[in-house]
Amino acid sequence: MKKEKVIEMLTLLEQNGRHSYDKLAMMLDLPEEEVKQTIAELEKDKVILRYPTLIDWDKIQGNDLVTAMIDVKVTPQRDVGFDEIAERIYRFPEVRSVYLMSGAYDLSVTIEGKTIREVAFFVSQKLSTLDTVVSTATHFILKTYKHDGVVFNPRDDDRRMVVTP
Amino acid sequence: MRNRLSKTIQEIPPSGIRKYFDLASTMENVISLGVGEPDFVTPWSIREASISTMERGYTTYTSNSGLPELRYEIGKYLAESFQVHYDDKKEMIVTVGASEAIDIALRAILDPGDEVLIIEPCYVSYDPTVKLAGGVPVSVTTDMSTKFKITADILREKITSKSKAIIFCYPNNPTGATMTKEDWLPIIELIKEHDLIVLSDEIYGELSYDQHHFSAASLPGMKDRTILISGFSKAFAMTGWRIGYACGPEDIIQAMLKIHQYTMLCAPIMGQWAAVEALRNGQKAKDDMVASYRQRRNYVTKMFNQIGLECLMPEGAFYAFPSITATGLTADQFAEQLIKEAQVAVVPGDVFGIGGKGHIRCSYATSMENLEKAIERMGKFVEQYK
Repeated sequence: MKKEKVIEMLTLLEQNGRHSYDKLAMMLDLPEEEVKQTIAELEKDKVILRYPTLIDWDKIQGNDLVTAMIDVKVTPQRDVGFDEIAERIYRFPEVRSVYLMSGAYDLSVTIEGKTIREVAFFVSQKLSTLDTVVSTATHFILKTYKHDGVVFNPRDDDRRMVVTP
Repeated sequence: MRNRLSKTIQEIPPSGIRKYFDLASTMENVISLGVGEPDFVTPWSIREASISTMERGYTTYTSNSGLPELRYEIGKYLAESFQVHYDDKKEMIVTVGASEAIDIALRAILDPGDEVLIIEPCYVSYDPTVKLAGGVPVSVTTDMSTKFKITADILREKITSKSKAIIFCYPNNPTGATMTKEDWLPIIELIKEHDLIVLSDEIYGELSYDQHHFSAASLPGMKDRTILISGFSKAFAMTGWRIGYACGPEDIIQAMLKIHQYTMLCAPIMGQWAAVEALRNGQKAKDDMVASYRQRRNYVTKMFNQIGLECLMPEGAFYAFPSITATGLTADQFAEQLIKEAQVAVVPGDVFGIGGKGHIRCSYATSMENLEKAIERMGKFVEQYK
């Protein structure tokens, strides 16, 4: 498959992981078999890692979670730089994401917990106590307006007239 | 009381799509494939730019021919995208949509009785606009046998000593047909031979899916006789802003400017500033929309053929134009029964000229979810006529 088509297909799947092979094939104007095979290869090469679903958990009662973004300053280590400390952090199941950042701090870590206390416990007992961690600054997310390009409470009814020339 | 309306207006029939609009408006759960405008909202950067100019108090008239900044950007854009070069001070006018440009172009060139060749199927306004300008519309019908492209043979038959101008729209509403340079060459020989003025409606130019749009004005010897008409509605999802433009020979543009300054004065300034932003920074948003239309086009065209409605792959615009003759129904019957029985709104092809007989226009400017549902309903509907 041509590189542009691969990118186009990945973009489609990123927007909607539930597109079927035949629909993707039609939209991309490619044979279904080629689409199927390319997706299998992309999965095998870990280009496609998973097909997650974006959920507005605020609308589900009884599933209240708190999310915090933590700015972490660390001391990089000889030979392994930031990679080893990043790994020590991302192995914790509470950690949703870890990014190496440019600017005022080094790692941006997202934590999810049932309560603020749980997150606070993780930061004070697990994260801050790591040898190479110099400092942390914890920010709790209060409300999600937009995530991964998706607006959570859109006001986007079709305002067009039903039939126009 | 004597009849208060002019003979001209009395002779213009009401719009052929009105009936479907009325039907669809009264029903619930209708999926409309009858909409001739993008399903996207104008990209935010464009809306934001317009809001910002309003906040700063840009609420005045502009120059009759349009904001100099906008004309400059249009000139640059046309040169870069379509290799047509215009003097933005003398050969360009910003109008209230491409519709106004068509109207004032016709009024600027026609004397009573002049014939205008209209390549059909086409947008519904050309015929009445010619009549309102005192001209005589002459239908030149294309059909599926030439993939809705205009050919020299079809055109030659309709040219008379009274032919003054020719008007066409490629990529085409409703057929999705486009014209390549090779398609044009025999046509422009005829146009030159009979000294016709050309109105080239290129409003869908940016929505070309298989190859880059080819402007009729860029053909050898054509710039001097062509009025290039376009606008922002389709490419940038800006239908409600009403910003279009015309470019052409100085004498014609200056004549159009005379009509425009007395009847319209200028296009709204908010829309003009929005259009400036569209040309300066709207490329990425436009490309994303075009990619989405292309995917939907591929999908609907294949699906129409699968459910038994023969459909050419449209090369541009956002309409599929399948044939419904296999059902034994006329386009009008098909459209009316489809909306009543399956709650899908389409427009019968003959509304756009007799070449569209036996076809329906289906706009794919709607979400993939809607398209899937509509095709499923249409598949079941068509099944009963097999």
